Amino acid sequence: MPKSSSNSIPVQHIAKLSNIPITSDEEEALTHAFVDTLKVVEELKSVDVSKVQPTFQVTGLENVWREDMIDEKKMFTQAEALFNAKQSYDGYFVVPQVIDQD
Amino acid sequence: MLNTLTLKNTIDQLKRKKISHKELYTDLRRSLEQNSELNAYLTLNEHMEKDVENLLDTPLAGVPIAIKDNFCTKNVRTTASSTVLDHFIPQFESTATRKLKEAGGVFVGKTNLDAWAHGSSTETSQYGRTLNPRNKEHLPGGSSGGSAAAVASDMCTIALGSETAGSIRQPSAWCGTVGLKPTYGRVSRYGVAAMMSSTDSPGPIGKTVEDTAILLNYLAGHDQNDGTSSSKEVPDFTQTIGKSIKGMKIGVVYLDHPGLASIKTLFEPQLKVFETLGAHVEYATALNPSYAIGDYTVLQRSEVSSNLARYDGIRYGNDRSLFGAEAKRRIMLGTFTLSKGYADKYYSLAQKVRTLFIEDYAKLFQKYDVLVSLTSPGFAKKIGASEGSAMFGELEDMLLEASSITGLPGINVPCYRDPATNLYLGMNIIAPMWQEEKVITVGDAFEKNTDWNSWSTHG
Repeated sequence: MPKSSSNSIPVQHIAKLSNIPITSDEEEALTHAFVDTLKVVEELKSVDVSKVQPTFQVTGLENVWREDMIDEKKMFTQAEALFNAKQSYDGYFVVPQVIDQD
Repeated sequence: MLNTLTLKNTIDQLKRKKISHKELYTDLRRSLEQNSELNAYLTLNEHMEKDVENLLDTPLAGVPIAIKDNFCTKNVRTTASSTVLDHFIPQFESTATRKLKEAGGVFVGKTNLDAWAHGSSTETSQYGRTLNPRNKEHLPGGSSGGSAAAVASDMCTIALGSETAGSIRQPSAWCGTVGLKPTYGRVSRYGVAAMMSSTDSPGPIGKTVEDTAILLNYLAGHDQNDGTSSSKEVPDFTQTIGKSIKGMKIGVVYLDHPGLASIKTLFEPQLKVFETLGAHVEYATALNPSYAIGDYTVLQRSEVSSNLARYDGIRYGNDRSLFGAEAKRRIMLGTFTLSKGYADKYYSLAQKVRTLFIEDYAKLFQKYDVLVSLTSPGFAKKIGASEGSAMFGELEDMLLEASSITGLPGINVPCYRDPATNLYLGMNIIAPMWQEEKVITVGDAFEKNTDWNSWSTHG
C-alpha cells in the first residue's frame, strides 16, 4: 500500500482491496469521511498502552472444539444451497471470471 | 386494546382465558394499520393468526413478537435493511428466533434497522427511515430502531433486537422502551448478520424490565453453532424481579462530560429514588468515554470489513455495488485499519485500549454493584440528523461503547419524559459480565418506584 497520512488516504486502492466500486464523487466524500473519522481515532494515541496486552475477545473462552462429525440435520440440500444464487448451472454456482483479468 | 398489555400480562391473561388470541390479534392488526407510516416493519407475517393456533400451552402462549431484520428466519425474507439482500430468503433459522418459536412466540414481522446494523438512527436503512412513535418528527435511534418503534407503538408485545454498541439501549432510550443488552456470549449470534463479531449481542426490547427478563430466559444459553456462546449456567432472570436494592452500591458515571450539560439537570434528580430505596449512590470516575469512541470505531470498522467480505453476490444476494454509503465507509475504513503498515497503528492499539477499559471497570466493580449513566447524550434527534455525518452513531453511543467493547450486560430504562415534545431520556445500568440479574433488579426497582414507564400501572 502506498504511504499516506490521514490527509492523503489511498481511497481508490482501498476500494479495490474491498472490492467496492466507487465513483469519483464517492471518492471525494469518502476521503472527507475518513479524515473526520481518523481525527477521532487519533485521540487514542495519547493513551499509554506500553504495558498493556491486547484483548481480542472478552469471554475468556479458549480453544472451543467440536467433534469432527457430519450432522446431516445441519446440512443444506443442493436445492437449498442454490436457492438464493443469482445464477446456477447444473447444480453449480456460476461465478464471475477472476483469472486472466487485468 | 390488548396489544398494549405487557408481555407478562398478555401471557397471564391468555392462559387464564381472560383474553383470546383472536381479540389480541385483532387489536394488533388495527395497530399495524394505524401505525404503518412509522415504517417499523419491512416484512409482515401475513399468517400470524394461523401461526398462533395450538400455542396456548407453550411458555410464550402465542404472543406477538417483532424480529429485527438481521436475524435469519427460514423461508422469510431477511434483508438487514440493505438492498444487497433484497431478495434473500434464508434456508435456515437463527438460534435466537428458533428458540423464541420453540417457546411459543409468533412473529409479527421483520423490523427496520440501520443497514447492516451500522448506525444509531435507522436512517441508513436502504428501505427508508423509521419514525419515532413518541414524536414523528424525530428519529427512533438505532440500529434496532424498528424494533423499539414497534414496541413503543404497541405493534407487538415485545421485540428482538441486537446490540453491538448501543443498538438495543439507545433506540430504547429514544423511544421510551426497555432494552436489555445481555453479556456478550449469553445469547447465540448464530444466524445474525455478523457486524462486529467480538461484541454482537442479541437481546430483548420490551415494555417493562420484567418483560425483557422473561424473554431473555428463552434466548439465553450455549449454542453449539456459536463457539463464542457461553456454557455458563443460565439463571431464571425473572427471579430477581421485585427484589430490594437496599444496601446496593450504585456508582454514577460519565455525568461530568461537557456534552451532557443540558440534560444533566434532568437526570440527576432521578437518582434520588435509589437512595429512598436504601441504596448508596455515589459519583464515580471512569475512564474517559471519549477514548471509547475512537476505540470502538477502529474495532468495529475492522471487524465489519472482514464480516462483510462474504457478500459477494454469488451464493446469495446482490453484488457489492449496492452497499449504501455508510456500509461502504465502514468496510473501506476497516480495510485500511487492518492493512499492512496500519494494523499495528490502529487495530492493535485499539485492542490494547479495550484492555484498559476492562481493567477500569474491574476496579469500579470492586466498589460498586452497578454503574449508572445516561443512555444517550440527548433526546431523540430530528429526522435527517444523521445525514452527512460519518460519526453520528459513534457520538450518539459514546456512553455505551465502553460497556459494549468489554462485553458487559446493560439495560435502558426510561427515566424522564419531556412534556413539550413527548420524548424520553433513558438511564443505562451496567454490571459485571454474567450479572444481568443486577441490572434487572436495579432497573425493575427504578421502574416500579417512578412514573416514567408509559405502560406502568403503579407509581
